[in-house]
Amino acid sequence: MDPLDLVGAEPGPARTILFDGRPVPALPGQTLAAALWADGVLAWRTTRNGGRPRGAFCGIGQCFDCLATVNGRPNQRLCLLPAEPGDTVTTQEGHGHADLEV
Amino acid sequence: MPTSKSEPGAGRAGVYDLAVIGAGPAGLAAADTAAALGLRVALLDAGSRPGGQYYRHPAPELGAARPEKLHHGWTAFARLRARLAASPLVDHLPGHHVWAAEAGVPGDERRPWRLHATRGPGAGDRATVLARAALLATGAYERHLPFPGWTLPGVVTAGGAQAMLKSSLVLPGRRIVVAGSGPLLLAAASSLVAAGAEVPAIVEATSYLGYARGLPVLTGNPGKLAEGTAHGARLLRHGVRLRRSSAVVEAHGTDRVTAVTVARLDARWKPVPGSERRIACDAVAIGHGLVPQIELAAELGAETVTGPDGAVALKVDARQRTSVPGLWAAGETCGVGGADLALAEGVLAARAVAGRPDGGREVAVRRRRRAFAALMAAAHAPGPDWTGWVTDDTDVCRCEEVPAREIRAAVAELGAGDARTVKLLTRAGMGWCQGRMCGPAVACLSGGGGAAGRPDSRPLSCPVPLAQLAEPVRSVEQPGPGPD
Repeated sequence: MDPLDLVGAEPGPARTILFDGRPVPALPGQTLAAALWADGVLAWRTTRNGGRPRGAFCGIGQCFDCLATVNGRPNQRLCLLPAEPGDTVTTQEGHGHADLEV
Repeated sequence: MPTSKSEPGAGRAGVYDLAVIGAGPAGLAAADTAAALGLRVALLDAGSRPGGQYYRHPAPELGAARPEKLHHGWTAFARLRARLAASPLVDHLPGHHVWAAEAGVPGDERRPWRLHATRGPGAGDRATVLARAALLATGAYERHLPFPGWTLPGVVTAGGAQAMLKSSLVLPGRRIVVAGSGPLLLAAASSLVAAGAEVPAIVEATSYLGYARGLPVLTGNPGKLAEGTAHGARLLRHGVRLRRSSAVVEAHGTDRVTAVTVARLDARWKPVPGSERRIACDAVAIGHGLVPQIELAAELGAETVTGPDGAVALKVDARQRTSVPGLWAAGETCGVGGADLALAEGVLAARAVAGRPDGGREVAVRRRRRAFAALMAAAHAPGPDWTGWVTDDTDVCRCEEVPAREIRAAVAELGAGDARTVKLLTRAGMGWCQGRMCGPAVACLSGGGGAAGRPDSRPLSCPVPLAQLAEPVRSVEQPGPGPD
């Protein structure tokens, strides 16, 4: 049994997102965090001080541990964002503003 | 739920009779009841689909034929959802995260409630809803107690594991230890095994003996017993072992969790030396009960009450009125007690707003379920010595990476005696989540007890883009222009 079988899910064909340049399938309706979990990926940012890996923790948008860079925009909560075809997720290092000129 | 501006029948005035914040069990029941009594209702919700966390369900694109497999009481939700969709009096406003509530003056038509919501990242993605009365049904979020390794990827919240499973049909791993305290652990473990995960153990910190003191309360809530029995039977069938009076005292791994150490606890939740056992796993789901989400009302100065487990909830009277005129509350915001209670309180609040007498059935449900909630909160209240498993290196504040060492130093060497002073000295609770994850733990480590006392002041209850704050309020969201 897997979760899709349990509820008799018949999703449309998977679309592809890119995670650090690597294609990852995402079912229509899944969030970016869910698509990464389904692919066995649990971490997509490193912390500002310790450089430690983090991913989704609370799953409902409260904890902000699941931040990553999405389509060039840093600090996005992957547990809230639906996966759209062609979305590019990049592991976010530190505060995520390394690419910004400030 | 008409969201289209051209939907016929929607009200034409700019002011709703009632704004309900939150579309979980309490908010749905309230909106449904209020509309049935003739009120024009705005139902604002941060989620993209109605249901809140309890009725969270797969996105339609996933084509789930049997979403009820992951739920209790799905028929009640299906009925409410259908009635709301058909109601011309309710405007469901999904994706509206209310960040501030400005109190209105009851009876003064020129001074209604103003509810400010963010709808996205753009400067124009803001909305202000006007209403004669407001009803807070924002639910709760989980309470967490830190332990060494709890920041490793693969350690997730019990509610989070359930939320990701319910909405996106995914699991964080294949072999998941479920740990913490409270009935949510049984529900989460039950869902996880139904969805194909292996759960080598449910690690529950209490002994469950606390329930024995409340036998009359238990027999008065047969539905709750049946729910517990159903979970228990499924868990038994899957060979899941419940370890009582035990806690995960460490998670192991470098880039992700690979195992946990479980220890027995004494009555004060102090780990018993020599009782440690290692359990291999690839994920951990943790949670220590729920905390009411009451920022909007607290910011308005609403009176609160502290429950037997230290959680702070809104104080309401017999008709679900808060101490703020024109502000009602229902469900977990008044103290965590489950979906049946939330449904009943939503009905009671809506009838009160409409000026109708209470229904006897809902009053009885509320009395029984509130008694059960108090018993539950007392049975699962964190023991005072849980801090015994927090090593100096353990990050307590996940966002700002503040280890227990710094918090202990702030208390022992700098004289801090409460969570707020510790926050100012260490930045614990000052990060993105604004202390929602570490608040109760920091309060305990500061010697201030659980989550007792007034909740933190948060003028903005959620992140709002600066551009939206800078944007003058030009347009107020209308209930729909109507076909004129």
